[in-house]
Amino acid sequence: MSTPPPTPPTNGWRTWGGILLVPVLAIFTALVIGAIIIVATGADVLAAYGGLFMGAIGSPRAIAYTLVEATPYVFGGLAVLIGFRAGLFNIGVEGQIAVGSMCAVIVGAFVSLPPGLHAVVAFIAGALGGALWGAIPGWLRARTGAHEVITTIMFNYIAIRSTDYLIKVPFLDKESSSQRTPFIAEGAHLPFLFGPDYRLHAGFLIALVAAVATAWILKRTIIGFEIKTTGANPDAAHYAGMNVPRTIILTMALSGLMAGMAGASQVLGLEHNLKASFSAGYGFDSIAIALLAASNPIGVIPAAMFWGALRNGAGLMQLNSGISINLINIVQALVIAFVAADQIVRQIYRIRSARSAGVTLSRGWGR
Amino acid sequence: MPPVLEVRNLTKRFPGITATDAVNFTLEAGEIHAFLGENGAGKSTLMNMLYGLYRPDEGQILLNGQVVQINGANDAIKRGLGMVHQHFMLVPTLTVTENIILGNEVVNGLLIDIASAQQRIRTLAQTFGLDIPVDALIHDLPVGVQQRVEIIKALYRGADILILDEPTAVLTPQEADDLFVVIKRLKAQGKSIIFISHKLREVLALADRISVLRRGKLVGDTTPALADEAKLASMMVGRDVVLHIEKSPATPGEVVLDISHLQVADERGNIAVSDVSLQIRRGEIVGIAGVQGNGQTELVAAVTGLINPLRGTIVVAGADITGQGTNRAIAAGMGHIPEDRQQHGLVLSYSIADNMVLSTYDIAPFAKGLIINEAAIAAQATTLVQRFDVRTGSIDALASTLSGGNQQKVVVARELARPLNLLVAAQPTRGLDVGSIEFIHKSIVAERDNGTGVLLVSAELDEILALADRILVMYRGQVIAEVAGADADRNQIGLLMAGITPTGAEA
Repeated sequence: MSTPPPTPPTNGWRTWGGILLVPVLAIFTALVIGAIIIVATGADVLAAYGGLFMGAIGSPRAIAYTLVEATPYVFGGLAVLIGFRAGLFNIGVEGQIAVGSMCAVIVGAFVSLPPGLHAVVAFIAGALGGALWGAIPGWLRARTGAHEVITTIMFNYIAIRSTDYLIKVPFLDKESSSQRTPFIAEGAHLPFLFGPDYRLHAGFLIALVAAVATAWILKRTIIGFEIKTTGANPDAAHYAGMNVPRTIILTMALSGLMAGMAGASQVLGLEHNLKASFSAGYGFDSIAIALLAASNPIGVIPAAMFWGALRNGAGLMQLNSGISINLINIVQALVIAFVAADQIVRQIYRIRSARSAGVTLSRGWGR
Repeated sequence: MPPVLEVRNLTKRFPGITATDAVNFTLEAGEIHAFLGENGAGKSTLMNMLYGLYRPDEGQILLNGQVVQINGANDAIKRGLGMVHQHFMLVPTLTVTENIILGNEVVNGLLIDIASAQQRIRTLAQTFGLDIPVDALIHDLPVGVQQRVEIIKALYRGADILILDEPTAVLTPQEADDLFVVIKRLKAQGKSIIFISHKLREVLALADRISVLRRGKLVGDTTPALADEAKLASMMVGRDVVLHIEKSPATPGEVVLDISHLQVADERGNIAVSDVSLQIRRGEIVGIAGVQGNGQTELVAAVTGLINPLRGTIVVAGADITGQGTNRAIAAGMGHIPEDRQQHGLVLSYSIADNMVLSTYDIAPFAKGLIINEAAIAAQATTLVQRFDVRTGSIDALASTLSGGNQQKVVVARELARPLNLLVAAQPTRGLDVGSIEFIHKSIVAERDNGTGVLLVSAELDEILALADRILVMYRGQVIAEVAGADADRNQIGLLMAGITPTGAEA
């Protein structure tokens, strides 16, 4: 009673070191195991990883391509993270990206607006489409208790099949031999930052702003306080007079908004149309990004860049050493396994178990 | 004759704390030895070492003069130790007999010999005056009877030493009296009893010898003849304690809570509050006495807006807030100290500062529009930590690092920080140390003197008697009696809590 317990440091380099330690060591360990696999297949480790490194960040163009790859992961990682903070597990990012892309392409290709404004409106349409698609499972959870893990998985199927239909039938480009929508209007393009050769578009900058905005919302606004409290202890939130159902719906809408921006940014910045069966799996990898970032919005940026680097460097790795691109999937899977099961990493490197970050990833069923 | 149990220099350390520090005591045959201490004083650690759940770091345990090493609960039972835990270890869906013989079945071939087991149970029950229905299912039995089942279970396994851990916490005063008769009968038959409690009155009434633990050390060894409540309390806390709250007579003002014909269902849809009407005025404390589970929890949930009542109205300071949620209740000037501070009162993973504004985070000065003002929150927390004597190194410390008493002070500070019309306090001091209880009681009385109406719900009759200006007794979802606080009689209220009204009929 008389001696107060020591207060753990809440900021400073020690905490940052603690947060970074596990992801960095997880990546390192995964790369080591990847090297063992490469050796086992009889290939040259140096050539493989040299190729991976050069392909990812070996030239200005490689760096630009890595950032292009990273862009949708920043948005997607933020989408999953916002859900985590409220104790919600949004597995529906994939579907929300599909809806966001579709809305952006419809406005971009079938509505005519002045250039520039056209891009803004199309981007907002994509973001709002994702937000709406996320808000519905949120509403179901808040009003009926239907668990968001189930509903968002189902909503993925609905979204992906419906957009597929929309691409193949009403919005099909009949001039084209492949099954895709028409190209969006020139004026709806998100501008390239360094010209078309480098492919890096304004979507990347929007993603950075989104990460900073998310951090600010969570830390400095009453909405963020409500989201975090709902995630940390929904009962206490209810007792304190917070509107927990409203917070759940709002969180899912915000999460979907980020996912919608991922879709809009890909369509308006890079692809400029939508192809049938385009699902890229960004939504599922986004869960991995949020985990790797330890649910820190700013941490999503390096996590997504790492992800983008692996994907971007994989091509040159294959060219240099004859290793299949699929090795990268193994390395990615290992990284996530080590981050998720951080006790393994702590054991290997004899790190004392730290206080858990206090973020509930998802709660049980039916509340 | 050596004592049946002797403990020498028993020490147990946990990281950063010495839970028991060189504790010595003896227990003679046929003796009732009471252990007093606040939460965290080391009572449970000591008992868990006796029962073989913890291995002592230093020291010895002697049974009948022999040094023993107790390896787990089964070993303890074999050596004649029996423990009745505060939370019963019974299977609700099995019968009394099945629970008693569980793990200790008399087998006749492949079949369990229920008949001979029941014969033994009946003999035990008769010897010790423990009346139990051997074929009833546990979940049909009142708590007091379940406790008897636990005691018989220990005796059935051959216990000569019985450890009773806070046995009266869940009982009505009458059930507690029945238990005391049983304990005295056990003693008369030569059993030795260790009785753990923090209720001074009970210990004085029952024990032959009293040991007081404070911060892991044995700080007192006395007998009821040599001690009184004030002396025991100051031994427990280490300083003089005001047991009697000084309060002036209430000066009730206008009605601030008006409940009429309230009907509330519990989580399973059963009617928990059947027809309650009551009024609370400014400047008075109205205590709801009653054994837990008689509708108090649901009454509080409805009043504070957590659940919607089936019928009836709740008016706070002239505003009808029936079924409009917690936010509306707070807006009407209601403060709520919830029953379960860890689950409902606090966000344990938040700092003290954030917990201090859990219901005011969205209004000035803590928020400007949508933006949170961290400086204002820190200033508020600093003031409140000082005013409510929250013992912490920093307002940024997580709530989970605080002791129970300090956690509750955070909740009380937050709720009393804003101007209130009505304070609803549900079990405000449950499980707290004497020092924190004293502080929280004073805060509640001070709030009353400020002109706030207080609805106090407590299972501790002593708390109700100490604080309430008017006492309402709840039994099976109804208010069956009202007594003025000044002339309340502990026995009379005890009977009312059991549903026995002065006319002699059960309500």
